[in-house]
Amino acid sequence: MKKSKIYPIIVSLCLLACHASLAQAAESQTKVLRLATTTSTENSGLLRDILPLFEAKSGYQVHVIAVGTGKALKLGQNGDVDVVLVHAPAAEAAFVKAGYGVDRHAVMYNDFVILGPANDPAGVRKSSSAADAMRRIATQQSVFVSRGDDSGTNKKERKLWQAAGVKPAGDWYREAGQGMGKVLQISGELSAYTLTDRGTWLAFSNKLPLQIVFEGDPALFNPYGVIAVNPKRYPDINYAGATTFINWLTSAQGQARIGAFRVAGKQLFIPNANSDTAQAGSKPKTHVH
Amino acid sequence: MESLSEATRQAIVLLLSGNTELWTIIGISFRVSMTAILIATVPALLTAFALSHWRFPGRRLLITLFSTFLSIPAVVVGLTFYILLSRQGILGDWKLLFTQTAMIIGQIALCFPILVVMGHTALQSAERSAWETARTLGAGSLRALYMVIREVRFGLLAALLAGFGRIIAEVGASMMLGGNILNYTRNIPTAIALETSKGEFSQGIALGLVLLIMAFSLNAVLHQLQGRGLPVP
Repeated sequence: MKKSKIYPIIVSLCLLACHASLAQAAESQTKVLRLATTTSTENSGLLRDILPLFEAKSGYQVHVIAVGTGKALKLGQNGDVDVVLVHAPAAEAAFVKAGYGVDRHAVMYNDFVILGPANDPAGVRKSSSAADAMRRIATQQSVFVSRGDDSGTNKKERKLWQAAGVKPAGDWYREAGQGMGKVLQISGELSAYTLTDRGTWLAFSNKLPLQIVFEGDPALFNPYGVIAVNPKRYPDINYAGATTFINWLTSAQGQARIGAFRVAGKQLFIPNANSDTAQAGSKPKTHVH
Repeated sequence: MESLSEATRQAIVLLLSGNTELWTIIGISFRVSMTAILIATVPALLTAFALSHWRFPGRRLLITLFSTFLSIPAVVVGLTFYILLSRQGILGDWKLLFTQTAMIIGQIALCFPILVVMGHTALQSAERSAWETARTLGAGSLRALYMVIREVRFGLLAALLAGFGRIIAEVGASMMLGGNILNYTRNIPTAIALETSKGEFSQGIALGLVLLIMAFSLNAVLHQLQGRGLPVP
């Protein structure tokens, strides 16, 4: 009698497990492309907007692993992903030079902005350059929240400190070790300064008590590149998929989709696969709207 | 910044409106954790039985080891398997990193010690007498094992619930081994972490509610069974 009460539970548990293994078998039949990318492309909603079209066209299913640029390149180096989409030109060049990646292409750019509390205690609004802005923050020892995770943004930030001739250390310099979104929230809570890509800022701007206190310096240019993991290092890597993805991303259609992506009515990324503005150092459009 | 009550209201709307993405995440969570606990249960309980039934050298050490594993942080388990499963790792050829299988492996490693330790505690209380009674009455070994398990079923069920509770709510290992891939390895805890970092609190709260409701239902079922006494057939 009572047996009947417990057996249905056990049977349904077993069915669930079977369902799980069947579902996995089905999944392994579709072609999977593993993309390691930065938190900015994922958190801003860009990939969610453009990837369905690529998946429908190519038949690939893209598995997005959103981490910092440093980690993304590491995943590519270790052969744990097929293709990377990152924003750190120097690190990307080193990645290709070391033979970890091939077929690097420029994809798009936006720019970094320096955020701070509305009352701007360090007087960053009066800065003449990005380096000057960083120097003012350091001099005033105003709280600055760093990504601290070797991401593209973090690399850019370190370059700016270097340009400012400042070694950031001390109570005012907080390394969060988290993604861009989280760092923006921390900065908001602490009324701190921070460096962010404009895309993530626009996605968060209505949720934060912070403002842009500095923008427009060419040193804040933020170009994104896509790189296939070198198939010579990992013969069974999905190089065909990576190539298809790179071709689509830099095609007229892919570029148009990137350009058409809006958050709160504002354009976040400017496609530049077919122009030479991809090279670091050239002057970006400072106004992305 | 939205208020907690407003976020909670939106969360309930999200849950009730049958938001596909949300329910996919919930489905993945349950599939992965159910599979993990089902795979782990039999070997873990047999280990627990062996530990309580036989006196062999190294037995105490094993018990101590399993108790130690209870308190290993999930991120350490995640990191260990990450290193093993990465393409550069010993098991790299399996290409399992960032798959559901990798998450299942991590979760098995997490719930196994709980099942062994709690199972062992439960079995210890009744094992010897139940076993001997069964054998005296002429039961074979398998039959006797079954009788012992019947005798301590509530303790074992509690072990299962505790193990399941740990892995379904665990974020560190799932994030590292699964990679938080949408519609594939994004489960309830990793989604909560992501949505919080994006400032989307309502989806995080919705998923948190699901975990709470699940914990409540499972415990309610356990208490219901215990209350009834569920006599041996």
